[in-house]
Amino acid sequence: MALPERESPIGKPVSLFVTCIVDMIYPGTGMSVVDILEHFGLTVDFPPEQTCCGQPAFNSGYRDEARTVAKHFFKAFKNAELVVTPSGSCATMLRHEYPHLFTPADGALYDEAQRIASITWEFSEFLVYGLGISDLKLSLPAPETFAVHDACHGLRGLGLGQATRDLLAQLGKAELHELQECEVCCGFGGLFSVKMPDISNAMLQNKVNNINDSPAETIVTGDVSCLTQMNGGLSRQKSDKRVVHLADVLAKALPKERS
Amino acid sequence: MTVEIQSNDFIALADIALRNPDLQHAVAAGTRGGYQRRAETMFAHSLEHGEHMRQQAAQAKRRALRQLPDLLETAEGNLIANGWQVEWAEDAEEANRLVLDIARRHDVQTVTKSKSMLTEELGLNHALEAADLRVVETDLGEYIIQLNEETPSHIVAPVMHKTKAEIRDIFIRELGMEATDDAEQMVAFARKMLRHDFLNADMGISGANFLIAETGSIGLVMNEGNGRMCTSMPRVHIALVGIEKIVESVEDYVTLTQVLPSSSTGQKLTVYTNILNGPGRAEEGDGPQHSYVILVDNGRSEIYGSDYAEALACIRCGACQNACPVYRSTGGHAYGWVYGGPIGAVLTPLFVGLENAQPLPQASSLCGSCKQVCPVDIDLPRMLLDLRWELVRDGHSKIGWDAAMKMWAIGMTSPRRFALGGVAARAGQHIMGDYLPGLLGNWTKHRDFPDFAPKSFRQLWKERNNVRS
Repeated sequence: MALPERESPIGKPVSLFVTCIVDMIYPGTGMSVVDILEHFGLTVDFPPEQTCCGQPAFNSGYRDEARTVAKHFFKAFKNAELVVTPSGSCATMLRHEYPHLFTPADGALYDEAQRIASITWEFSEFLVYGLGISDLKLSLPAPETFAVHDACHGLRGLGLGQATRDLLAQLGKAELHELQECEVCCGFGGLFSVKMPDISNAMLQNKVNNINDSPAETIVTGDVSCLTQMNGGLSRQKSDKRVVHLADVLAKALPKERS
Repeated sequence: MTVEIQSNDFIALADIALRNPDLQHAVAAGTRGGYQRRAETMFAHSLEHGEHMRQQAAQAKRRALRQLPDLLETAEGNLIANGWQVEWAEDAEEANRLVLDIARRHDVQTVTKSKSMLTEELGLNHALEAADLRVVETDLGEYIIQLNEETPSHIVAPVMHKTKAEIRDIFIRELGMEATDDAEQMVAFARKMLRHDFLNADMGISGANFLIAETGSIGLVMNEGNGRMCTSMPRVHIALVGIEKIVESVEDYVTLTQVLPSSSTGQKLTVYTNILNGPGRAEEGDGPQHSYVILVDNGRSEIYGSDYAEALACIRCGACQNACPVYRSTGGHAYGWVYGGPIGAVLTPLFVGLENAQPLPQASSLCGSCKQVCPVDIDLPRMLLDLRWELVRDGHSKIGWDAAMKMWAIGMTSPRRFALGGVAARAGQHIMGDYLPGLLGNWTKHRDFPDFAPKSFRQLWKERNNVRS
């Protein structure tokens, strides 16, 4: 899928939208993102008013509640010139759904939705297509084998399949392997996994089997929600394999004098 | 006679499917095979070429839909000029009555049928059998499910939910076939059985893959040749055609007959690709004496006037079913009406009413595979999202979820409340252990939930910046 032409983000300060799940459950992943961006000399800010993008409500049909939360997002990011987020799913919400959540009749809110959509980048997308860096010129402390699980929204919502692979392929001491059905959903789907847990679990079992069959030690993905689903299944089944966010893999390769 | 609607029982029906190892095995193999072959054929030249074909097909169907009323009039005129007799049916009852009237008019006793999803919508077989007509489904898959008194579980592979061994047992039980595990022998046996019916049928019934307006023709694609026998051998032929099957020109038909088999079976062309132009001419030695087209609405006009009109672009290829990880887990019968998979999750509420198919719009992780493989680029995930919105607006959502979402939105509009929520969650996890409470409890049935971090990102960020400044 060809990526649409977007205004270059180079030279703009980064406003990090860390996402609600990273904030509460995976703060280390948020720190990895900050460390990598700062390593490349970027100025990173964390707008403190931020909470969630509103996707859980939007995806379950609660448009009023999603609009309420989106309006809060606008307030939190009103000064942002560039939004970077370590989630293909939340980035898809901001990029593709905000412009649907508000109509021209909403006036300034509609304009703000369009503005946010145009300045938002998913983390790997930002590095590879925004900054033009796929070779980070970094090396892992020890050799490790990886395979990529393409999180659905990043892959089909944003057209990102290659960015993560490019970054890993050029990371020192990293070896890239195949994961069968890497493009098939893990079964999370937000509240889908709660409303239809047994179907979600059937999808998860398929994913867990493919992960266990992969020669890779570590599975890399770009969304902590999918990661939570997959690791939840791997852990319940006492598998040694784990899924890790791309930012955490890359951060391991940063020079050790990190703050 | 209408078809039973069980779509509100989706979760219970899915549960039955999840516990059926034969079905799991058969559906997994069938869908994955179809998905794989589609990719190989669509992108045989290049990714760009495949995408271009898809967009060309999408445009052909949308152009036709934009001019639907006009093209239907054009088609009617050209069909009549070709010798077809044209009837219009507003709903299932009228369509079935028209078929019965024609059957009586021509003193019909035995009917051979080629595969048609529309006739499943109409419950046509039951209506004909109730009038003491003998109806024989002649597509191999349809033949098997008719013997087993089932309905199709997949748009193009109706018996996808059965293993070869189960099909063998049906043939032995229903037709006295000699025991064999050889698929070729089983097919040869069915072929011999069907041959007799082809030779003796008074009337053939088919659907239509396309209705070509500019020439007044029915476009029909198939692999087994059975459709050709149904449409050319009996004295009478009836084509039942949903009004959305219209295309403007033969050129568009050519475009669409490439993406349809590529998307459904991974063939560049089907074995038989037909353009039917009505009854046999005086100078021809064969062909039906009487050819009818029944143009069926059965809810389509209403969809045409709604926000979901794009769903009428569907060419019934089944690619979204093969690609859908939910369909792969449940098969088609769980969806509780005629169409399963993503297109079924959209069409069923539109045809039978959202109140009668409430779980279906939720039966998706919104992974987007359906849209990606759709040969006419229908935005199925967007329609599922819109239907979910309608469910909430119409008050079909559970009160517990309504309250939870309201509370959640309040929590998410203040960073202080958000942070407090995090503290509460952490404390709660200490008390609850590894199992999530309330509405979220389903989650930990099959998975372990991770620990909430001792310090949130916003706390870490604050501490880090205090150290730095």
